[in-house]
Amino acid sequence: MKAYTKFVAIGAIALGLGIGMAACSSGPKEIVIGGVGPVTGEAATFGVSTKNAYEMAIAEWNANKGINGKQLKLVFADDKGDPTEGATVYTKLIQQDKVVAIVGTVMSKVSLAGAPICQSSGIPMISPTSTNPKVTEVGDFIFRACFIDPFQGTVGAQFAFNDLGAKKAAALFDSGNDYAKGLSEFFKAKFEELGGAGSVVAFEGHASGTTDFKAQLTKILAAKPDVLYVSDYYQDVALIAKQARELGFKGPMVGGDGWDSPDLVKIGGAAVENGFFTNHYSAEDTRPIVQDFVKKYTAKYGAAPDALATLGYDAMTLMLDAIKRAGKTDGKSIRDALKAADLAVVSGQVKFDASRNPVKSAVIIEIKDGKQVYKTTVNP
Amino acid sequence: MNFPKFLVASVAFYAIVQVLSMLGIFNGYMMIIINKSLIYVILAVSLNLINGITGQFSLGHMGFAAVGAYVSGTITTLFFKLRAPREFSLDALPAELVFFCAIVVGGLVAAFIGVLIGFPSLRLKGDYLAIVTLGFGEIIKSVINGIDYVGGPRGLLGIAPFSNFTVIFIFAFLTIVIIRNVIESSHGRAMLAIRENELAADLAGVDSTRYKVTGFAMGAFFAGIAGGLLAHLIQMAHPTQYGFLASAMVLILVYAGGMGSLTGSIIAAFLLTFLTEALRLGVDWVHEITKLPIGTEWTMVIYALLLILIMLFKPDGLMGMREAKILQLGRKHA
Repeated sequence: MKAYTKFVAIGAIALGLGIGMAACSSGPKEIVIGGVGPVTGEAATFGVSTKNAYEMAIAEWNANKGINGKQLKLVFADDKGDPTEGATVYTKLIQQDKVVAIVGTVMSKVSLAGAPICQSSGIPMISPTSTNPKVTEVGDFIFRACFIDPFQGTVGAQFAFNDLGAKKAAALFDSGNDYAKGLSEFFKAKFEELGGAGSVVAFEGHASGTTDFKAQLTKILAAKPDVLYVSDYYQDVALIAKQARELGFKGPMVGGDGWDSPDLVKIGGAAVENGFFTNHYSAEDTRPIVQDFVKKYTAKYGAAPDALATLGYDAMTLMLDAIKRAGKTDGKSIRDALKAADLAVVSGQVKFDASRNPVKSAVIIEIKDGKQVYKTTVNP
Repeated sequence: MNFPKFLVASVAFYAIVQVLSMLGIFNGYMMIIINKSLIYVILAVSLNLINGITGQFSLGHMGFAAVGAYVSGTITTLFFKLRAPREFSLDALPAELVFFCAIVVGGLVAAFIGVLIGFPSLRLKGDYLAIVTLGFGEIIKSVINGIDYVGGPRGLLGIAPFSNFTVIFIFAFLTIVIIRNVIESSHGRAMLAIRENELAADLAGVDSTRYKVTGFAMGAFFAGIAGGLLAHLIQMAHPTQYGFLASAMVLILVYAGGMGSLTGSIIAAFLLTFLTEALRLGVDWVHEITKLPIGTEWTMVIYALLLILIMLFKPDGLMGMREAKILQLGRKHA
């Protein structure tokens, strides 16, 4: 009989939750925006930066009288970096909290679980940092605030050829990581387009988790490249740089936003000097909007904003701007306004192309005397 | 097993949820929680057959779910691709039938792999199965990562949303009934005997390897079914969903509910899934009222704390080895 009591108890809890959920809906005076990010789990540091940025953007708009006299309310949900959890929280935000739009989430695999839900509910969604091209292919309600993987490889190649004057290039990448592999493939395609066939003299993959790259590097250096493209994350980049310098490579190295970490210099030391990488923004960019953002974020959270905070802030700003211009809060109006966006945000001037990816500039950052130094801005 | 009573109770549960859903008291969020709970019921009950009833120790249950998810997901997406020009109605019988077959095929492939890895490792006594299944869970992830056809590290995307409450409920109901009946049969008695004392079971004439492999393959079959249902619920499958942590989560359900108690597994699956969401809402609510710096990241802390409390005060799990009346063994039970 005891088990019956438990069944009944669970049933009662479920029913209570259901009724409780039905009961608490927010008043019509405020506009509810959903925010998603992984504040626990493997990508927790990314999620925290993103959440900080969402909250800061919302607070600023509210201090500035909200949108059309209505205050904004952010409902944030943790997706734990897991697609199943992502599907749950996207459903929660739409069905339970009745959000008008969703900003999120960080990881592509989780955005891919959330996007079909937003699309079928007609709720506009903008992901700050999901670089997988498939995310926005889900449907016309899905946007993103970052450039996609192919763009970084292309910009890297242009920079190496035009600015560094390289004639022969080599690439080394983690073949088990789709981000690294994608960047290198697009680098190769663009560089060969600029420098002619055969200008990429070595194109080598390594297994995930390797710490010794000397076999590949020896082969690469034998081909005497002017520049080495390394599209891995910073831990691998630092080790590759050290070993490449040990083997006598003196030329410049170029990479993607996976380099963006203070640990790159800590691990790599002098070896990563003469290194360049493409990134979404630089804290040293002199545009007032950038300096203003960096100052406010640093004052509020005690650390300079990283790329995730910047893109989170930009994604929220783009969405709020679209809601303001739409003048209404139904999904279709917001989507149409977002499609027509042409706004200067921290990471550049943003317009959306036909597949709802932003068309915007990338910055090149140089590692100089152990510091990240703003080098130049590259327009697509 | 008191089948008529169990049937009545299940149908009542189904009817209540359906009515509340139609009335709008249960919204889509509530339904996804219930659906997830039912999928966890399938996973926990099937793992209980391996760990609780047969007394083996499997650490890679989600690996079989991955097999089921990818096999069934590939079949249904392929089917859609082939018939892409025609507009599909989800009510159309053929599509539903293909979905049903795909889920079952996913389960069968998982069971086949279960036999393949169970046969060599279960012939031995001891913890070899734990090591082999742990390895299997990682291997299946790497294999999926390496197959570009199913998306590799990007995941299998665009799976049709076929899983709804009715489908998941039916599969969960069948899982419980089948596993309960297996336990009640002579096969089940043999499995229980192996759990209690393998040497004694051997001496009594029980072919222990055969029954261990049967139990393991059956558990793998239902894990495959659950994986397929999950993939069609969230419309995608990603290798990281089926890693060791996810397997450990199912193990937690079995232990929290009580080893060897199907009732316990069912209760734990519902209780812990609801608990996660209740904490999410609760923490938000506390934050809203008190404005304390308690963020959503605290839910996992409280969740873990509650688990520790359950294991402290109920070391055998919520149900121990007992069953609810309607799920109890028929005649005098061992």
